[in-house]
Amino acid sequence: MAKYLLLKHYRGGPTPLYDAPMTEWTEQEITDHIQYMSDFAARLQGTGEYVDGQALAPEGTFVRYDGEGRPPVTDGPFAETKDLIAGWMVIDVDSYDRALELAGELSAAPGARGEPLREWLEVRPFLTEPPTVRE
Amino acid sequence: MDDLLVRSLAPSVIGVLVRRGADFAAAEDAVQEALFQAVRVWPADPPRDPFGWLVTVAWHKFLDATRAEESRRRREDLIADQPSPEPGPDRDDTLQLYFLCAHPSLTPASAVALTLRAVGGLTTRQIAEAYLVPEATMAQRISRAKRTVAGVRLDQPGDVATVLRVLYLVFNEGYSGDVDLAAEAIRLTRQLASSIAHPEVSGLLALMLLHHARRAARTRPDGALVPLAEQDRHRWDTRLIAEGVEVLQGALAADRLGEFQAQAAIAALHADAPTAAQTDWVQIVEWYDELVRLTDNPVVRLNRAVAVGQADGARAGLAALAGLDPSLPRHQAVAAYLHEQDGDLAGAARRYADAARTASNAAERDHLTRQAARLNAALRAG
Repeated sequence: MAKYLLLKHYRGGPTPLYDAPMTEWTEQEITDHIQYMSDFAARLQGTGEYVDGQALAPEGTFVRYDGEGRPPVTDGPFAETKDLIAGWMVIDVDSYDRALELAGELSAAPGARGEPLREWLEVRPFLTEPPTVRE
Repeated sequence: MDDLLVRSLAPSVIGVLVRRGADFAAAEDAVQEALFQAVRVWPADPPRDPFGWLVTVAWHKFLDATRAEESRRRREDLIADQPSPEPGPDRDDTLQLYFLCAHPSLTPASAVALTLRAVGGLTTRQIAEAYLVPEATMAQRISRAKRTVAGVRLDQPGDVATVLRVLYLVFNEGYSGDVDLAAEAIRLTRQLASSIAHPEVSGLLALMLLHHARRAARTRPDGALVPLAEQDRHRWDTRLIAEGVEVLQGALAADRLGEFQAQAAIAALHADAPTAAQTDWVQIVEWYDELVRLTDNPVVRLNRAVAVGQADGARAGLAALAGLDPSLPRHQAVAAYLHEQDGDLAGAARRYADAARTASNAAERDHLTRQAARLNAALRAG
């Protein structure tokens, strides 16, 4: 078993067949999209593969240390280069191939006119405990 | 109260319930409840016959559950057939349960979870905490596993090899939670060894004991890995080593060599060396040759290259490494080590850095990063 982080990026994917921001979808399309995500999580709970999932607010603040006695800097990297991470899911699966399969399914969440959104999903393995038997 | 005694009785109690007509999934649930009750009741009121107590309580839990499910007809059938008292724990029941929980139709993760619960008597919460997943997820994994093996009869012969793979996974890939999975794997393998005479079961038990013996020396207090050659051998547990060697010798005497016996033999040769410099690398290479013959596993060939490097010099080790796929886990780390032994510090530093980038666990990554840093500092000073 291995844990993977599925990181949902909003940018960089191919242009969807029907390219429209979510605010211009029909209400039904929004409902269908959200339903797809929660069905997906529920299904993984049922297969014993679900660990965690969270959605994130689209806007965040970059913070860094700016020297002793000074307030931290918050005018982060330029907005246009900033990656927009929409959320994550953590899964615990039997193989890397299974992780890829699930990420592919999550990326097929429906958007405008029910067409798969095809957002990029980044699959990152968790570092594990070291195995006991090494030689 | 002895938690281990209670848990060691669990598989036999499940066996009794199944023989009385309960299906495995319901029997297992009932026994879990009985174990839970034992933990609460026994400290104040210890039973004279713990096994009989567990059977009685588990049987009533089972009847209550079937009643709750309104399986009236089935219950009446069962009650009409009044169970006779059980003489005591049955080793065959325990063995059959190992086979069922490691059934080939289960994925490794499901087999591990089911084994820890049904054979080990751990709660779903303990297993979930040990593997760092939510309790609800682990509960689903276990109930799916039970459904998968629902059609398997408990008296069918099983394959010892699948059981050993599951126990090896529990031992080798344990996390560090409240439950000591390495100790639990040893307990379950010991229990299996007392149910069946099989050289590979003994081989795996010996392997676990010999590695467990080094546990205190294997990491620094801050969690950093200490390589075998640098471990303080006074901190190795000589009692566990002696037991491991004895179990291994008993297994080897059967003259049916298998991979766990060969791995244990390598661990025993390390345990036998008073200092790293006195390690009998020539014999270790011979055991790796046996392992290659038995498994033809590329990871074994990788470890063999390290041993060849020690026995016959770094050039020989690099030659042994040459034919192997560079994308194998830890290939870069082995290559780095052999290049350093060969005097190529720059090549070794670069390879250690590559190895750190692709390490699958944080402790190894940190160790490899330090190796690269050490060599880079030497190169700057040089």
